[in-house]
Amino acid sequence: MTGYILRRLGYMLITLVMVMVVGFALVELPPGSYLEFHIQQLRNQGGDVTQSQIDSLERRYGLNDPVYVKFWKWISGFPKGDFGESFQHQRPVSELIWDRLGYTVVISITTLIISWTIAILVGVYSATHRYTIPDYIITALQFAALAVPNFLLALVLMVYLQQAFGMHVGALFSPEYRDVPWSLAKALDLASHLWVPVLILGVSGTAWTSRVMRANLLDVLNMQYIQTARAKGAPERTVIWKHAVRNALHPLVMTLGMSLPGIISGETVVATVLNLPTSGPIYFQALMQQDMYLAGTFLVFLSIALLIGNLIADIVLVWLDPRIQYS
Amino acid sequence: MAEMSDQPAPAAVDAQEVSTVGEIAQSRLIWMRFRRNKLALIGGTGLIIMYVVIALGAFLAGNDYQYQNEDYLYGPPTPVTFTGPDGRFGLRPYTYPVSTRLDVEAFKFVFDIDRETKLPIEFFARGDDYKLLGFIKGDVHLLGVEGDQRVYPLGADALGRDVFARLLVGGQVSLTVGLAGVALTIIFGSLMGTISGYFGGLADDVIQRVVELIMSFPTVPLWAALAAAMPPISTDFSALDRYFLITVILSLVNWTGLSRQLRAKVMAYRESDFVMAALAAGAKDRRIILTHMMPNAASHIIVVAALSIPGMILGETALSFLGLGILPPAVSWGSMLTDAQHVPVVIEHPWLMTPGIAVIIAVLFFSFLGDALRDAADPYSI
Repeated sequence: MTGYILRRLGYMLITLVMVMVVGFALVELPPGSYLEFHIQQLRNQGGDVTQSQIDSLERRYGLNDPVYVKFWKWISGFPKGDFGESFQHQRPVSELIWDRLGYTVVISITTLIISWTIAILVGVYSATHRYTIPDYIITALQFAALAVPNFLLALVLMVYLQQAFGMHVGALFSPEYRDVPWSLAKALDLASHLWVPVLILGVSGTAWTSRVMRANLLDVLNMQYIQTARAKGAPERTVIWKHAVRNALHPLVMTLGMSLPGIISGETVVATVLNLPTSGPIYFQALMQQDMYLAGTFLVFLSIALLIGNLIADIVLVWLDPRIQYS
Repeated sequence: MAEMSDQPAPAAVDAQEVSTVGEIAQSRLIWMRFRRNKLALIGGTGLIIMYVVIALGAFLAGNDYQYQNEDYLYGPPTPVTFTGPDGRFGLRPYTYPVSTRLDVEAFKFVFDIDRETKLPIEFFARGDDYKLLGFIKGDVHLLGVEGDQRVYPLGADALGRDVFARLLVGGQVSLTVGLAGVALTIIFGSLMGTISGYFGGLADDVIQRVVELIMSFPTVPLWAALAAAMPPISTDFSALDRYFLITVILSLVNWTGLSRQLRAKVMAYRESDFVMAALAAGAKDRRIILTHMMPNAASHIIVVAALSIPGMILGETALSFLGLGILPPAVSWGSMLTDAQHVPVVIEHPWLMTPGIAVIIAVLFFSFLGDALRDAADPYSI
């Protein structure tokens, strides 16, 4: 088991290096640089930019270095926690990302836990009540939930909450808690705001996971050991929860690696609509303004979150199902 | 031996003659099963209607999608009545003259409807010039009103442009992005999946590492990074170029799923008796892949492709919504929804949300179709 985890960690490290190379290449790709963007901006504001100013900026950010030098400078800072400088914010990237990544992870994990709990319960219910009216209603809701783009759901929910309750959604904290240090009251305030993004993000994932759960459980219920369990007189509750559900969960854990990218992707878009202080808004803004170190660092860290999620899924799978070989 | 494999042996002919009784071709079985699914019929018919409507968009809409009416900023949908000036209910629709004035206190435009006068809405009226499907010139529109009045079935946007016209033209982008993307996904995914599964070895290793790498990025941020790398729209880089690059970007991420599944299929086929027989008969790799493996995998490829169309449509919508996808002068459902980003705007002008409804309906229809295809592709299951 330890060997297996170590080997998985090794693979993860290789993927991580590749992710960094690709991430850097992607943000380096756009024509022009942030400097050109910045000069344009200053000129539009009526300011004059002298050649010496341009030169000093170029020297400071090393913009004229060859690509591989820039890449090495960037990647070699990672172990030290130095991810380069954000041009747009005039601050080190490391000062900007941690809070935002933290909220992204908190929202994603909360969504994942809640959505899976509901999805498993709903999936079990609709599999054990196949072809009844509640099952048809659930199926219809699942189709609908998968068809609504999450940012649209965010817009509609924002409009609805404002119209019906006069509620302003679109923050993680009430104004009085925004800039104060962490306390129990602040955490409770966060929890009271968290349900909006979690609800929006969870809808499509819950629909998808519950459909998978329903199909898995239906497969398992056809197995002979279920018949055996029933024949020996085990109560139906035991048959379903102890014999069937436990075996139907394995394929679901395997899809964890697939539902996580959906949640993280969705979070970035929904946060932009709701204007939450998470990775989404700042990442897309950095991309559009070619703030490459900031955008690249976010892309790498979002991928790291994904890789860790997949690692956990693999470990949970081995722990759930001892038949899986560690190779 | 190789020549013989194409011609059935006499014994096989006999066997076939006996078994024709009660035997139905697989394609017919698939069609029968598909037809049994009501939702699939709804989805299929609905999609055909949607594609016809967007193809005829310029004719069906009363105005050019780029025409800006400065007197009708955020104008409401044109009021319609079926009672004529004589007070009788009939088939001809009528509208009322709408005048615009600036409410100085609230500082916004107010639209006054003159309920006394009735203007007949004309069918096949002459209006803005257009080119249908890019080459059929015309200026006849399905609906129009005499004089300066214009018809806005779904109101106008912030610049006074016809939302209905934009919805139809935007659909031309949003509903084809998925299809074009899926075509690329099928080509790329089957090629990579087959190479990976059939030849194995180094090629397999390299392709699988690339797939893993692409899969270790969250989708939308990766799409966004790729889209941000595109040059801005200029004379060298038209809106159409951007559209094509977006389909490439969407399929660049999407092919990984198909290639994985196809790899597994091809690996299973490689061990199967019919491939062994073909190998023994001296068939070349190309023949084994194209005539023995691909037809077997075809239904699977189609199903996976059909199921991935909704994801692509939603992807384009999200990208355009964020301002990283389709850019003006082109229009798509996602870029139209960008106007609906602010809650007060949506509350006052709810018709700006109509592209969202269109997306939901299109995605639902595609999911119905995909689901039915999946069930039908395996006609022997119960």
